[in-house]
Amino acid sequence: MMTAISTDDYDRRQRLRWWTMRVALYGVLIIWAVVCLFPIFWTLTTSFKVARNVMQGDIIPWLEFTPSWLGWRSLGLSPDTISNISTVREEFLKRFFNSTIISVSASALAVGLGSLAAYGLSRFSYRFGFMRNSDISFFFLSQLILPPVVLALPFLVLYKELALLDTRVGMIAIYTLMVLPIVIWIMRDQFASVPVELEEAALVDGLSIWGVFVRIVMPLVLPGMVAAFILSLVLCWNEYFFAALLTATDAKTLPVMIASQTGSQGINWWSMAALSAAGILPLVFIGILLEKHIIKGMTAGAVK
Amino acid sequence: MSAAEGDLLHTVDADNISDSRIRLGKLLLWGSVVLMFGLFAIQALFDAGAISFGFENWRPVLFGYFIWALALCVSRVLIYGEQGKRSLFVLPAALFVISMVVFPLVFALWISFSDWNLASLTGRKFNGLDNVRQMMSDPFYWNALYNMLIYTVVILIEYAIAFGLALVLNANIVGRKFWRVTFLLPLMLSPVAVSWMIGKSMLEIRFGPISRFVRWLGWENPSFFSSPELAKFMIMAMDAWTFIPFMMIMILAGLQAMPKEVLEAAEVDGATPWQRFWEVTFPLMLPVSITAVMIRIIFKLKLADIIINVTSGGPGGATDSVTSFIFREYRDRSNVGYGTLLAIVYLVIIVIFMTVVLKISDRIVRRATGAG
Repeated sequence: MMTAISTDDYDRRQRLRWWTMRVALYGVLIIWAVVCLFPIFWTLTTSFKVARNVMQGDIIPWLEFTPSWLGWRSLGLSPDTISNISTVREEFLKRFFNSTIISVSASALAVGLGSLAAYGLSRFSYRFGFMRNSDISFFFLSQLILPPVVLALPFLVLYKELALLDTRVGMIAIYTLMVLPIVIWIMRDQFASVPVELEEAALVDGLSIWGVFVRIVMPLVLPGMVAAFILSLVLCWNEYFFAALLTATDAKTLPVMIASQTGSQGINWWSMAALSAAGILPLVFIGILLEKHIIKGMTAGAVK
Repeated sequence: MSAAEGDLLHTVDADNISDSRIRLGKLLLWGSVVLMFGLFAIQALFDAGAISFGFENWRPVLFGYFIWALALCVSRVLIYGEQGKRSLFVLPAALFVISMVVFPLVFALWISFSDWNLASLTGRKFNGLDNVRQMMSDPFYWNALYNMLIYTVVILIEYAIAFGLALVLNANIVGRKFWRVTFLLPLMLSPVAVSWMIGKSMLEIRFGPISRFVRWLGWENPSFFSSPELAKFMIMAMDAWTFIPFMMIMILAGLQAMPKEVLEAAEVDGATPWQRFWEVTFPLMLPVSITAVMIRIIFKLKLADIIINVTSGGPGGATDSVTSFIFREYRDRSNVGYGTLLAIVYLVIIVIFMTVVLKISDRIVRRATGAG
């Protein structure tokens, strides 16, 4: 009889502890989700507010305020202005395409160069003066700690002399350099997981080393290459420092445009919100849709 | 660059490379070298005013470099055959990085000892150690370095939060994918957008939601960027907001790769959850943690975007990072010489700092895993 009561008591305490744990766990999850999502939510909703709603600090759409297209209209992207000619929209689209072209080409170039280098370093041994494979790998990866500010001013002078200032090509080159060590870091890990025997068999069958690389190895590491590409894309899209220094009119990217609007006096909250929202939305979508690849890229080489 | 013995992937080379082919390769290589240096010499002389013909800018020299790089790659194959094809894997990336990093770094050293105002017509003036002297007596630079130290130390707190979140995500929860995507989102956003969204809009004194919230909590007149400590904290918080997901994801991956048996064994042995974490999970997670923190430090040392856009270093340089300080230094005076020297000193400090940190962390990992 006694034992039955005490196990009952024990059970209840266990259940209580389990419930407390659950509540604490989901409490943390919800609080942090709010911390993560509220700024995005705030930006999105502010782009649909008018001055009065901003001043009153209304938060919930439809309940506290009626959404209006004011912010998007000022960008020329609302339904009623989308067919009209708008200089702001043209400016925005130009920056948007600059950002797209620069980040896509830089990422593609970095993945190309980086994969080749990582493959070479993981399969053959090189000697370049006193440098062996490990030294060459270190040389590539050490670029990661190089702060952009060290290269920024020399690049400013060099680009001026080379007439590359404010050109897309110049920005592509510098962004490629920026993400190359990360790509090599990811791809080295990928190639290490491909068994060499596979390639040896293909070599015996008469493929050249480049044939082996293109036809056997590349399909196997394609997921890794995609991960590296997407991670590079995110980094290039968000880059501000070099773009602010090295572009002026032609090659200006979206972050520079957004930043240049914040400085002006008397900010139009709704139009700034619309601009920021338009700047972050592509990446929010990438983040949601390709989350698996991004995580794969970030964790490559870190977890053995 | 030549492929030597000890390859992981062996190839059988049955190349018969004729003498004429080797000669062609060498001709190509040296021809392109002559072309590149010829273009360089012409432009240098033209720039110095010694000759009257030349190009509008240095771009032809860049094309000369491209031709040389291409000729180098082709001549590898021509001279060494199959062996040469291997070097083609590494050569493009190596040439790219050398031209984009090593050359500009040497150039940076050259301009860092000069007074060079890009806006004026006088051009570069060598001024010896003047820049060093100026740096020594520049309180803002040392202040920025000190700020960087604080910003870096705070990574430990970010790490603790990231570890906590990773543990929560690794627990038995419903809809893990949803939470993971949500927690990852801040990392996707550009710092510039973040500085507007949070720094300028949500922290706006009159009607920003966070200001409203703290006013509701009882702080009458919230101003987040007027006192140095608070401003520094706000900058750190915004930066942490974007980068905590990064460390979180890495630690989460480590947690998921951890062998379950070890934890179960500890549970059977009667260890409390607290003990299980400190005695089992934490030591096992140390290598991943250190990689995550290292990469975080590297990114932190580049911190600039948020500061430039939210406070531009203010109040009184309290939030300045080295990068944002040099950025403003250049923006205000367009003197590349002094800024470059500051950047190079910063690079030297970083290299020393990272070497020390790597050595220490290596020792910690070894002690924790009992490998030495």
